[in-house]
Amino acid sequence: MVERRPGLDALRHVVLIAGIALVMLPVYVAFVASTQSLDQIMNVPMHLWPGSHALENYAAVIAHGSAQGSSAPVGRMMLNSLVCALVIACGKIAISIISAFAIVYFRFPLRRTFFWIIFLTLMLPVEVRILPTYQVIADLHLVDTYTGLTLPLIASATATFLFRQFFLTIPDELAEAARIDGAGPMRFFRDVVLPLSGTNIAALFVIMFIYGWNQYLWPLLVTTQESMYTTVIGIKRMIPGGDAAAEWNLIMATAILAMLPPAAVILLMQKWFVKGLVETEK
Amino acid sequence: MAAVSLRDVRKSYTADLQVIHGISMEIADGEFIVILGPSGCGKSTLLRMVAGLERISAGEIAIGGRVVNDLEPKDRDIAMVFQNYALYPHMSVFDNMSYGLRIRGFARDEIASRVKKAAEILELTPFLERKPRALSGGQRQRVAMGRAIVREPKVFLFDEPLSNLDAKLRVQMRGELQSLHRRLGTTSLFVTHDQVEAMTLAQRMIVMNGGRAEQIGAPLEVYAKPASTFVAGFIGSPPMNLMKRDGRLLGVRPEHLEPCAAAEAMITIEVDLIEPLGSDTLVYGQLAGGGERVAARLHAAAETRVGRLALRYAPANAHWFDPQSGRRIEP
Repeated sequence: MVERRPGLDALRHVVLIAGIALVMLPVYVAFVASTQSLDQIMNVPMHLWPGSHALENYAAVIAHGSAQGSSAPVGRMMLNSLVCALVIACGKIAISIISAFAIVYFRFPLRRTFFWIIFLTLMLPVEVRILPTYQVIADLHLVDTYTGLTLPLIASATATFLFRQFFLTIPDELAEAARIDGAGPMRFFRDVVLPLSGTNIAALFVIMFIYGWNQYLWPLLVTTQESMYTTVIGIKRMIPGGDAAAEWNLIMATAILAMLPPAAVILLMQKWFVKGLVETEK
Repeated sequence: MAAVSLRDVRKSYTADLQVIHGISMEIADGEFIVILGPSGCGKSTLLRMVAGLERISAGEIAIGGRVVNDLEPKDRDIAMVFQNYALYPHMSVFDNMSYGLRIRGFARDEIASRVKKAAEILELTPFLERKPRALSGGQRQRVAMGRAIVREPKVFLFDEPLSNLDAKLRVQMRGELQSLHRRLGTTSLFVTHDQVEAMTLAQRMIVMNGGRAEQIGAPLEVYAKPASTFVAGFIGSPPMNLMKRDGRLLGVRPEHLEPCAAAEAMITIEVDLIEPLGSDTLVYGQLAGGGERVAARLHAAAETRVGRLALRYAPANAHWFDPQSGRRIEP
């Protein structure tokens, strides 16, 4: 900011508050809807004040799901989502940090080629390769398993690329000093590279957790049993087809529940997350 | 501690790109050797070959009588201090210094006592729990040396360790290095581009140029009898004046020139630049009648002004070089 002027300050706050209101309004409406009974929601216009059925609605979805649409309990779905998001986030980080380490610190034939192959997969997101991937998973009898839900999403060019860029900023002398100190490559990885990557790992964990949590298309394809639904799929399945009335109060309660874990992860890891993205001092 | 032998050591990256053109030298046990040269002359490469960080293309390097060509750095019993210190940023000073010992499986109390001893020598005891980023440049430098000392290696390798320090600290660390070497007596190889560091620290030095050793000798010997025009120009500040005389090159150091009466003049210059330094005064000028530029270091009391200046030198202080090869010609 070049100057401090009260007028500008006020304007800035107005713009920011307007932006927040714009983003928060739908979330607020969802929250209000989740606290009302079905009849109250069906009123036109809908009340914009929280109702008194919050506990009842949340308890209902967590234990039994909705009555009209899918009746899978949301509690189970949350667990599924949590498992998927954690496995995807941790798996992505584990695999990509090791491949980035190999690409940066080892001289092996076709090293550049491998890097570019990994890089090229950036252009092939899940949606593009979804049919062959489904075929493979189905042939391996992995439909309706956690492995089937997570494995195809784990390989990550983005994370590999980010770790590679970070490793390139670690001075070569550090690796040489470790060599002279007698540390083998994996010892160097464990004692030096891994601790230095802490903030990057945290930042990637946040991003990848949310990525895993929000997966929609792939879980939709690869799950057929209600017990394997993830929360995001659950919301979709709660909206009944045909003429049956959707129980919006329950659907909104599920939506709010689905928002909580990613928000919690961001809140808890905020400090590390920002550090990982902006820190330059090595 | 050990002697180090370099036997016709060569380094080439490709068939056409050779950067070290055969260097041979016997380094005695406990000697402090400085490798001096301008940037790009291959001095760091040579050191890294001794360390084992670069492969040796041809020739042999032996440490303590054992050829180390195919040994990993950790098996060569050397310790290296890097220009940017290369401290592990996430480890405390204690952990930085003890890392190599821990990997080698030393007992806990042995590690503690070695680190304690090194920390006392280097006055690092109050900082053992700190992270490198909480230390000043000079302290980081000391930690890097401490990491080398605790290993009690046969050879210390220093890769321009003082060049990231400010001028004052550099002078101080130079002194400390000298006393450290006197105390430990470990064979040391020290790479620098700074001739003052080389002159003050070295017992013997290698002056390198373009991947070749131009001269190997004690500092004063190199100063008194430079083996080539390159060495003559590299050692001494301002560098030795070189003038064409009778088909040969005459070299006279600025400090060996003194003003004299016009009748006795051996050199006459047209002074156009005067730099008073307090202790003495540097004058620069063109050789009268056109020709090379000449610098002279005159006593501060000498009267200096722009214009014609007659200078003389003792014949014993004249050096002669072959203009084609640049090699020294002994009269």
